Amino acid sequence: MTDMKAQESSYKTDELIARDIDAYLLKHQHKSLLRFITCGSVDDGKSTLIGRLLYDSKMIFEDQLAALEADSKRVGTQGQNIDFALLVDGLAAEREQGITIDVAYRFFSTENRKFIVADTPGHEQYTRNMITGASTADLAVILIDARKGVLTQTRRHSYLVNLIGIRNVVLAVNKMDLVGYDQDKYEEIVADYAKFAESIGIKAFTPMPISGFMGDNITTKSANMPWYQGPTLMAHLETVELDVAADQVRPFRMPVQWVNRPNLDFRGFSGLIASGVVKPGDAVRVLPSGKTSTVTRIVTLDGDLQQAVAGQSITLCFADEIDCSRGDVITLADAPVQVADQFEATIVWMADEALTPGRAYWLKIGTQTVSASIHAPKYQVNVNTLEHMAAKTLELNAIGVTNIATDRPIPFEAYEQNRTLGGFIVIDKMTNATVGAGMIHFALRRSQNVHWQALDTSRETHANLKNQKPAVLWFTGLSGAGKSTIANLVEKKLVRMNRHTFLLDGDNVRHGLNKDLGFTEADRIENIRRVGEVAKLMTDAGLIVITAFISPFRSEREMVRQMMQPGEFVEIFIDTKLADAEARDVKGLYKKARAGELKNFTGIDSPYEAPENPEIQIDTSKITPEQAADLIIERLIP
Amino acid sequence: MVAADETVKLTHLQRLEAESIHIMREVVAETEKPVMLYSVGKDSAVMLHLARKAFYPSPPPFPLLHVDTTWKFKAMYELRDRMARESGMELIVYQNPEAVAKGINPFDHGALHTDMWKTEGLKQALDKYGFDAAFGGARRDEEKSRAKERIFSFRSANHRWDPKNQRPELWNLYNARKAKGESIRVFPISNWTELDIWQYIHLENIPIVPLYFANERPTVQRNGLTIMVDDDRFPLNPGEVPEMKSIRFRTLGCYPLTGAVESYAKTLPEVIQEMLLTTTSERQGRAIDHDQAASMEKKKQEGYF
Repeated sequence: MTDMKAQESSYKTDELIARDIDAYLLKHQHKSLLRFITCGSVDDGKSTLIGRLLYDSKMIFEDQLAALEADSKRVGTQGQNIDFALLVDGLAAEREQGITIDVAYRFFSTENRKFIVADTPGHEQYTRNMITGASTADLAVILIDARKGVLTQTRRHSYLVNLIGIRNVVLAVNKMDLVGYDQDKYEEIVADYAKFAESIGIKAFTPMPISGFMGDNITTKSANMPWYQGPTLMAHLETVELDVAADQVRPFRMPVQWVNRPNLDFRGFSGLIASGVVKPGDAVRVLPSGKTSTVTRIVTLDGDLQQAVAGQSITLCFADEIDCSRGDVITLADAPVQVADQFEATIVWMADEALTPGRAYWLKIGTQTVSASIHAPKYQVNVNTLEHMAAKTLELNAIGVTNIATDRPIPFEAYEQNRTLGGFIVIDKMTNATVGAGMIHFALRRSQNVHWQALDTSRETHANLKNQKPAVLWFTGLSGAGKSTIANLVEKKLVRMNRHTFLLDGDNVRHGLNKDLGFTEADRIENIRRVGEVAKLMTDAGLIVITAFISPFRSEREMVRQMMQPGEFVEIFIDTKLADAEARDVKGLYKKARAGELKNFTGIDSPYEAPENPEIQIDTSKITPEQAADLIIERLIP
Repeated sequence: MVAADETVKLTHLQRLEAESIHIMREVVAETEKPVMLYSVGKDSAVMLHLARKAFYPSPPPFPLLHVDTTWKFKAMYELRDRMARESGMELIVYQNPEAVAKGINPFDHGALHTDMWKTEGLKQALDKYGFDAAFGGARRDEEKSRAKERIFSFRSANHRWDPKNQRPELWNLYNARKAKGESIRVFPISNWTELDIWQYIHLENIPIVPLYFANERPTVQRNGLTIMVDDDRFPLNPGEVPEMKSIRFRTLGCYPLTGAVESYAKTLPEVIQEMLLTTTSERQGRAIDHDQAASMEKKKQEGYF
């Protein structure tokens, strides 16, 4: 303990404060802000590390230190030594249990930066708390116990950090003192982690060997690890480049929070700029209405501004009296955002009561709150193994991908592009609790409000010319059920009847349009979405479109159905027992899947959700393909 | 859009200011009847200043509420009335009538003083006027249990705070929905530290109570604290004469309960300089925290701000 006290930190400039306070203040005034999160499990030494950062940056006063010393002796886990963890474990209940139970924010500063640390606990509430803490963080410190190496929880933490979009990752290999400061051990862990990080899309990370307990490489270079050439943790935190400025180089977007109308002569729109820069004279567009105007003033109490940037709270005035209210998004006129009412999103569930698919929840995104229903998940991600699992709902701390339909079109951007316009919270309408958080991937269907190119030749014209009613015959069923065979026969028969058709076959589409897609669930969904869009264009051209895709998920088939005009989507379920399809195994795929050579194979390790109310159902154990084709034609053209 | 090399670097104070303004506007947009709790201290001063910025050119669209104990420093009452005038906001002063009737005071009633004037007084005031959201100037760096406090903190219909049942706060999306009778305490300066507050007061030239600056003032010693004798209600011991000392306050509350520090810092930079070189934490000057470990947390559960 004495050596800890003696260790002089260079991070509080006592000398400058005493000598020239004005100079110090000027310097402090220009500090930047770094928000970060520490991720680790109960025994990784997370609280100890944060306590150490506070201690070493001299953020602990004498009275607090005296209380800490007394507490350390009374309830500490470090014998007579200071238990830094006690410094940051706040609530009485958790102090008694010896674990933190929530997200806590700590503050310290150095000469160049002010820091806000989100500290999250490491037990079963972890996902919810970590996502919360990470949502405002610019950087994540992932802690690994050097004795244990990359564990399941390391993978979980890394996945969550990447999911929430943190690009600056520090891998702190902690407790190096307990492995004899062994360089080989450290490098083995870093190599292990690098392999894993790459597999989940973490492009870069900064590794460092530390000991939070002993203070190695926290604020001072460790004499115990001369082989380590990199910066100390504090030095890295102080100098790492932040991407806060990156928001400014993107187009201007500002969700409207409040309309400021003190009198009839003033009408301003207040908000926090989400991205970009705005200047008087800029042409802007208000979404979802699409109305345009010009910025005349940027009003603040300190006088009008000549420009304002992402991260500033401002009030804008326009040249025209256009409709604009809370929830609208003001964008650059020639770079607007999309408007849509159906999305695919990742959802993190945060309530004890599980998600009820189809039920209406409030969804708050930007400054607007809309009613929305969340479909059953397409899949859930096992945060420990990162495998995709079938799921009917999402329980507390579950993460899944699902479709969402809002009751009206909303302006948005993909979360990856813009956290403000792509991140949302889900609110229970009965309890008003925040039950989930989500991140938009993309819109499933563009809204009617998006301005379409008006076409002189209408879809009716196209259809009349062909003397037929357009339709999509959507064949769905297991691999090897006979979809392609029957679809082929149906097309031949229709052609013989002078109908204009086109068959979109799964395998064929994957050679061209969808050759960039694999077989993960996300890719399969995108595969179906694209096929749906193509089929829709073809029905606009008056064609009868025949598709043969496994299309295992109900929600995607439903999504395609909703793209089409009412009555034009005909779902044809080719109903074959898995055992029969597998016995047939025309392409030898089942054998490969059983051998583990094919991942995500429907029926084997990926689910098939049979249609509940298909327009036509064909039981292949009862009739031949020829009979099936006749039956389908009969139903279509009575 | 700008080129990458033309980006503007926002300082930590600019980011904190923008965040606080954003929070205040969300509350005004999403609640029915907000109010700002105004304690006249430095944190309140910053909060009020931010509110004026948030809604300019409109005056802040809510009243100021001072839950009074009748035992504040005289200088605080003066600044309170002046700031209400200058901001164009309505000032509501509430004194718990029961505490008035019983003559509750810090000398005879100990912990009951804080409980009745502040804790009970606040609940009564919020109920009386039907406020469903109240801005408070608490900061997370003040005390351990506050480090976990949400920015939007939910209180049951009987004003209780349940630390285990608070809503997760993601990004800058605040869920302000609540059932009838429930209310929210909102802490727009949660992420400011004591140094940030002082720095901002300095930069923005925000008026604060002169007691924050050192001056010769009459003092006595009580329970290890240096107490300023602000009026003749203070019970002096027989023959006791207050000693004139150059003192200032790091935090302001009821004058008989607020400990002063000896100081010669007469300007803001000097005050900040002292603060940075000091070795004891801010709340040590308040008698209320010393009762027991985690006392602030207990008080909060009962409804003390």
